[in-house]
Amino acid sequence: MTTATVLQGRGLGGGVCEGEALVTREAIAGWGGIDSRTGTVIESRHELAGQSIAGKVLVFPAAKGSSGWSGIFHLARLEGVGPKAMVFNVMNTKIALAVVVSHVPCVTALDQDPVEVIRTGDLVRVDGDRGVIEVLKRKDVNASGI
Amino acid sequence: MILADDERRMLGGGDGPAVQAAMELLVKYGEVLGAERLIDTDNVCGANIFNAQQRKLAGGSLDDVFAQISLDSPGGFEIPRVRAHSCQLIGPMDTLEWQVQGVPRETRDAILDSESYSARHGIHLMNTCTPYQVGNVPTRGEHCAWMESSAVIYVNSVLGAMTNVEGRESAAAAMLTGKIPYWGYHLPENRHATVHVEVTVDVTTNRDWGLLGYAVGKVAGETVPVLTGIADTPNLVKLKHFGAAAATSGGVEMYHIPGVTAEAQTLEQALGGNRPALTVKYGPAEREAAYARLNTTAADTAVDLVMIGCPHASLDQIRDVCDLLGERTVAPGTELWLFTPRGIRLLAERSGYGDRLRAAGAVLMSDTCPAMGRFVPDGTRVIVTDSAKQAHYLPAIMGVQGWFGDTGECVDAAVTGRWEGNL
Repeated sequence: MTTATVLQGRGLGGGVCEGEALVTREAIAGWGGIDSRTGTVIESRHELAGQSIAGKVLVFPAAKGSSGWSGIFHLARLEGVGPKAMVFNVMNTKIALAVVVSHVPCVTALDQDPVEVIRTGDLVRVDGDRGVIEVLKRKDVNASGI
Repeated sequence: MILADDERRMLGGGDGPAVQAAMELLVKYGEVLGAERLIDTDNVCGANIFNAQQRKLAGGSLDDVFAQISLDSPGGFEIPRVRAHSCQLIGPMDTLEWQVQGVPRETRDAILDSESYSARHGIHLMNTCTPYQVGNVPTRGEHCAWMESSAVIYVNSVLGAMTNVEGRESAAAAMLTGKIPYWGYHLPENRHATVHVEVTVDVTTNRDWGLLGYAVGKVAGETVPVLTGIADTPNLVKLKHFGAAAATSGGVEMYHIPGVTAEAQTLEQALGGNRPALTVKYGPAEREAAYARLNTTAADTAVDLVMIGCPHASLDQIRDVCDLLGERTVAPGTELWLFTPRGIRLLAERSGYGDRLRAAGAVLMSDTCPAMGRFVPDGTRVIVTDSAKQAHYLPAIMGVQGWFGDTGECVDAAVTGRWEGNL
């Protein structure tokens, strides 16, 4: 038995959920970065290009690019293709407004870098009210190649 | 957050349900940011022209669409006239050339309906990503609540106005309340540079400034850079290209060029007396890397669309395209589209540029752009543009290949139908 990985940070509300993590080391663009109709990352130069954020616990360092950030996450929520939770490092107005309009658990300012600690495919619990993230089950390391 | 009396009244519903919903959103937003309070603003730029997707998702009356899409509220109330001076930014459609865009008549009618709803609510229909080109020129120290990253970086840096990059919902809430969280670039201490970029190559043309911006955005990310080593005094168009590119590849919302931008005469002033956290060089290698990154999506040289005017073109840029065209005409099978604010379009028509462009087979459009309105000519595979921002976004949004170059190369591509640009 290994001890569960727990990260403590600042909860931004939105309740509690469990889901599969989608992790990127690159900042994410909203408008022009994600298709609000499908949740697919469309930024050609992004490492997640072609993958979908729909229903995922999105773990990323920061929000970048156009002021349409919140608008895209807002529409993605209404289309049913928004993320299930958001975990990020750098606070700015783009992500703050998206936190408000996404209506999902969100946590920031964590005691460990979530982008380093959490891996794509991990099953995680995000408590947006208490600011706690638990890695419940690691993705098969061999399969992920990490 | 600590709220003033008028803010508590709005939050309590004393100014009606729409203002209450707007204040609720601002308070939630401010708390997520960690803002201590709100600040008054009387200069707001937002985006409330609703496209078909937004109207379908929200349903109901335009009051309900505004409430849901612009205020994140269930609605069921009337939206009053806006309290702050407010502008509509670039939108989804050119009200004159909508057929060139391929907009169905039904959609056009819905968008016109949405536009006149905004006008009835006191929102000025500037319909541009560059309000500062058509009369909304904030003063130094003026607290604003603007969307549009390329406009925010311009007014913060070049003019010394104070705004964060707002989003649709916060801007709409600011329109109705005249308030915005006092956070980020509203605080003088956050406006100093922490990254020093030493420029060691000549930066003179619009293309040079776009490349510099694209490179600086990548290294500066969210921080405030200060640039030294620039010999040329840039004009509005060059700084417009630079800022748009820096806000695209990174999240730059403010920069300093000592002696040029509003808040720093010297490097020391730009840094606020501190040492830079990071010093980087922008030389020939960095310039080449930015050019290569901007052109990564393109391989084919047969050009379908040449796009000029991202951010929206100035009257000078339109004249330059006319002069570059001379007596030449656009190649069959290729389109040359220019985008400008509707105010400048009127000037372009009065100055004879509209006729010259039409005679060459080009199209002058306003109010929108291909990335915002999601349109290119049918069957388009390859686009060409003199904008780093458009070269970055349009391939992602429309699934096309994009070449970036200088305006002359772009006009040549329109005339020959082939891309022959190089650094």
